[in-house]
Amino acid sequence: MGAVHHTPVAPQGASFQPGMSHSIPESRLKRQRWYDLAFRNTTRLFASLVLVLLSGILVTLIVGSWPAIKAFGPEFLISTEWNPVTKKFGGLVPVFGTLTTSFIALLIGIPVSFGIATFLTELSPLWLRRPIGTAIELLAAIPSIIYGMWGLFIFAPIFAEHIQPWMIDHLGPIWLIGPLFKGAPQGIGILSAGIILAIMVIPFIASVMRDVFEVVPPMLKESAYAVGATTWEVVWNVVLPYTKIGVVGGILLGLGRALGETMAVTFVIGNAHRVGTSLFSPGNSIASALANEFTEADGVLYTSALVELGLILFLITFIVLALSKILLYQLAKREGTLT
Amino acid sequence: MDTSTNTPQGSSSHAPTAASKITARDLNFFYGTYHALKNINLDIAEKRITAFIGPSGCGKSTLLRVFNRMYDLYPGHYATGKIMMNGNDILDAKQDVIALRARVGMVFQKPTPFPMSIYENIAFGVKLYERLSSGEMDERVEWALRKAALWDETKDKLRQSGLSLSGGQQQRLCIARAVAVKPEVLLLDEPTSALDPISTAKIEELVNELKADYTITIATHNMQQAARVSDYTAYMYLGELIEFDITDKIFINPGRKETEDYITGRFG
Repeated sequence: MGAVHHTPVAPQGASFQPGMSHSIPESRLKRQRWYDLAFRNTTRLFASLVLVLLSGILVTLIVGSWPAIKAFGPEFLISTEWNPVTKKFGGLVPVFGTLTTSFIALLIGIPVSFGIATFLTELSPLWLRRPIGTAIELLAAIPSIIYGMWGLFIFAPIFAEHIQPWMIDHLGPIWLIGPLFKGAPQGIGILSAGIILAIMVIPFIASVMRDVFEVVPPMLKESAYAVGATTWEVVWNVVLPYTKIGVVGGILLGLGRALGETMAVTFVIGNAHRVGTSLFSPGNSIASALANEFTEADGVLYTSALVELGLILFLITFIVLALSKILLYQLAKREGTLT
Repeated sequence: MDTSTNTPQGSSSHAPTAASKITARDLNFFYGTYHALKNINLDIAEKRITAFIGPSGCGKSTLLRVFNRMYDLYPGHYATGKIMMNGNDILDAKQDVIALRARVGMVFQKPTPFPMSIYENIAFGVKLYERLSSGEMDERVEWALRKAALWDETKDKLRQSGLSLSGGQQQRLCIARAVAVKPEVLLLDEPTSALDPISTAKIEELVNELKADYTITIATHNMQQAARVSDYTAYMYLGELIEFDITDKIFINPGRKETEDYITGRFG
């Protein structure tokens, strides 16, 4: 700035000289600086919106559930009582239902998704890859209400008539897991909800797994094949560890859907406030309890108990996220990338 | 088998003098409709180093990948002809590919350590075939790392990730991994193309020592490397084996004009 311009007489044809940059007008530079500042602050504003929303929701949930927290304390978590008449509320039934159905969904969904992704990336003939891949994406796009209707009107009757009796006969007598498969074959209940959820999360988990399996360098897979590994050994020992962050991410995506799924679960879970030892017994989940009961919740305590359920759902998701981070950390340690 | 079949060029392209480990006869290879290897006839000498040189796309990597049937992984890739090894035709549909690959190890253009510890990188392949006690496995890992001249650098950090090593060390880890399963043949597909000169020199030295125990084939775009390490050299161009002879002869007194043009840098 303010440097003396002693531009030498330019040789003919020279279009650029040192010192030329000084000739950008100061006003223009100022304007550019201002734009940049505005841009930076706008993006920062949007990013901080995330934090504001998160804490806003958390605070609202805590404030809304405060009457229930005050009235029932920690007992809310272990009580199965849910009585709008006596105004006694406990959250164990829906919390248990949410956790069990999600667990069943993952128990079925993860291996199936892993199989789909492995088939699509390693074994499938080329012409079959696109149709199956597209079908998975379409399955993921089906609205949950359709899964719910399908579950109630098609799946539940078939399940009650053909599959549940078989389970009662064959799995019922088995030691330890037998009691899980006892009771009346009604078609609806915890297990049905878990299976419907599994069908709903499989497209999510499978498509994420397929995408991350596809980015494994072919040379890395080939080098595992080159020491004589089978496809299973390559996928299990090389592809899966290489893609573990993505795979865990995909599972979390599915779990998030399973935990929060409302419509489909409401259709098939049975909406009964009890905890049965059998997976055939009807139950309730947090999301479907909220959907079913908010309209009829009268009184501060009833509403507040429902909000507290929402808060618990929020915390469950948070804990799951934290656990998955810990899992990845442990895996990295075992692998030796951390010392 | 009639080993005197002449190639279309009329030169006897196959065989050097030492006992041969692998013999290829009328080998053709196709990537779908693309004809990548054309009527290859050659013998690879046991416990010698055979180098394949030629410009990019000449088929040298493709040829190596036929020797362990790596192409089987990809639909549409297929080979015709015969490749005899230990009295079996490895192109035979009945050939157990997994067992073949345990006998024919491979090292790739870039280091490809598995996402696991240095120790597990070596143990991985061994575990697939042998049930060793942990003491025996420790010995095997040490043996393989010593073979690959990597033991001194890694003995204190065997539990660290293979990815924590430098590029040259990673490539030696890959060689150790291939050696650990005690193969008979080692296929080195441009093993130093991603490495600096010092690491390259180490690998070449290592390859030279390994030849006492293994039959080694090396594809390289680096002619000096072929001249330095190999006993026999094959010059390939556009999928054909142009000339195959003792390395000194290829580099000092090549029999064919095309070979001479390539090694003197007039072409390629």
